[in-house]
Amino acid sequence: MVDIRYPIGLMFSILGVLVTIFGFVTRNAAMYEKSLGINVNIIMGIVMLVFGAAMLYMAIRKKKES
Amino acid sequence: MKVDMSWIDYLIMMVYFVFVLGIGWFLRKYMKNANAFLEAGRSMPAWVAGLAFISTNLGALEVMGMTGSGMKYGMLTTHFYWIGAIPAMIFLALFMMPFYYGSKARSVPEYLKLRYDEKTRGLNAILFAVMTILASGISMYALAILFERILGWDFNISLWVSAMIVLAYTYLGGLSSAIYNEVLQFFIIVIGLLPLVFLSLKDIGGWSELKAGLAPAATSAGYSPDAYITTWKYTAEASQNPLGVEWFGILFGLGFVLSFGYWCTNFLIVQRAFAAESLTAARKVPLIGAIPKMFIPFLIIIPGIIGIVLMNDPGKGFDLPLDSSGKPIYDYTIIMLLKQYLPAGVLGLGITALLASFMSGMAGNVSAFNTVWTYDIYQSYIRKRTDNHEADDRHYLKVGRIATVGGVLLSIASAYIASKFGNIMDFLQTIFSMINAPLFAVIFLGMFWKRSTGHAAFTGLLTGFLMALAHHGLTAPVGANTLFKGGWIGVIHEYPVEMAQNFWTAIIAFSVATLVTVILSLLTKQRKTENDLKGLVYSLTPRISDEHMPWHKRPAGLAIIVGVICIVLSIIFW
Repeated sequence: MVDIRYPIGLMFSILGVLVTIFGFVTRNAAMYEKSLGINVNIIMGIVMLVFGAAMLYMAIRKKKES
Repeated sequence: MKVDMSWIDYLIMMVYFVFVLGIGWFLRKYMKNANAFLEAGRSMPAWVAGLAFISTNLGALEVMGMTGSGMKYGMLTTHFYWIGAIPAMIFLALFMMPFYYGSKARSVPEYLKLRYDEKTRGLNAILFAVMTILASGISMYALAILFERILGWDFNISLWVSAMIVLAYTYLGGLSSAIYNEVLQFFIIVIGLLPLVFLSLKDIGGWSELKAGLAPAATSAGYSPDAYITTWKYTAEASQNPLGVEWFGILFGLGFVLSFGYWCTNFLIVQRAFAAESLTAARKVPLIGAIPKMFIPFLIIIPGIIGIVLMNDPGKGFDLPLDSSGKPIYDYTIIMLLKQYLPAGVLGLGITALLASFMSGMAGNVSAFNTVWTYDIYQSYIRKRTDNHEADDRHYLKVGRIATVGGVLLSIASAYIASKFGNIMDFLQTIFSMINAPLFAVIFLGMFWKRSTGHAAFTGLLTGFLMALAHHGLTAPVGANTLFKGGWIGVIHEYPVEMAQNFWTAIIAFSVATLVTVILSLLTKQRKTENDLKGLVYSLTPRISDEHMPWHKRPAGLAIIVGVICIVLSIIFW
């Protein structure tokens, strides 16, 4: 069967790119007052991107082994 | 009270929907027979099944309810995790999985059939099927009403859309699709709720400020200043802690009877371990699930506790919606916190996390229901197996698929009943939660005492359930204004809080079931031979040797690691 790390990795990579770009574009927006002046979108975007990439990397490495 | 969502939030949600449906679509071609569809072909790696195991448990009611409990009871809510889950999960892994998985039973009711007899299986299968549908209807209702009140979504649309997505991916890819999606949902829940923990903690000024902020709330409620941030410290007397239960009730009622009843016998959960690729993997599944389980309190309970501080500080502008009688709705704590701290973007992630938790719980219910229906009800009573295995297999695959559709439709129906008669549904759920404690007694005796018999188990199960019912009818929590909370026969004892009543109901159900099963087993004849019971009972099954594995890869080694972390956490937050 499919390695579950492919869809997980792909989804979080896409979400990561999406949220990072959105965070960058809205970096001066007033809505970040809610989040105590922190641009949580850029932070969570990068977190998701790193997580997604790590999942994809593990899935690909596993495939090469076998 | 409304939360406004922007296009980016909807876009994030859409990406998530595409992936859950996509997983179902990709797996559809592997669903060639009933075994693949209902049991995932017993092919899941331990870590996949382990995360699914915990994700199924992390349903919408769990996330909403535990954050709400954090706000009501403070740190004592962690008792539902550290004492109320981990020991049972370790026990399931080390002592029960060898018989569950090794017996080749396809469900918990089928284990009862193999170990005891047909009637014990039948009773359990029917009660389980009804309970599963009720539970999934209630959580569906809770989520749809939450989205209607807070997000302004139409009740019917959010109900049907979320149910149809779950139906689509479980229909296409069966248990494999449910499990794969549960793993994905697990990560979405964690990542979606993570910013909330950090932002709310930072907002009130960190851990030490949290402690300081809780003191006035605790003293004004009549407790010691640190009552909301400790776990065992004030459990010598029930009245001294916000939970309202003393250490014995917590230890024996929650930590033993309720917890072992839930984790060790609930097929919804155990099914994930049944799907593992090998016996060693199956034994590791609950232990792998236990690792995230221990840390989930930091994700969902801590924000709830922070809610106590926010409520007491008018400058924060944090408030909970009120119900018709003017009491705050604690279950809405999580979504009100999302509203408080998350701007567009991460807000979409947070809402998607709630949706994901709902879907993981519901898919768990549906995939357990269709298996029990197909194997334990349909195959046992409606159409038995024939000599033609291939035709049989196609037939049961079809039945499994129809049961999936039927299960979802029945859940929707029960969600609508819950929206009209919420009290009755709560009552039914309380009643059905009483079947787990006697079930644990019967399965435990079955696994560890070869003398226990079918007649005794059946009677034990039934009397345990009836005694629990009687106890609920004869006692009530103080201040109960409805008979649904108990005392519908007449009140002979009052409990300080509803929680204490629930704990004692379970304790009584368990004790009666144990007593009746033991006495009747001694009085009735064992109809199963020792050969029949091989692989089903501890004393008649060859021991498993793990000596070829390094210690940290053995299930027992993993159990020690889990146990030590759990004890350390309990001591830190004593």
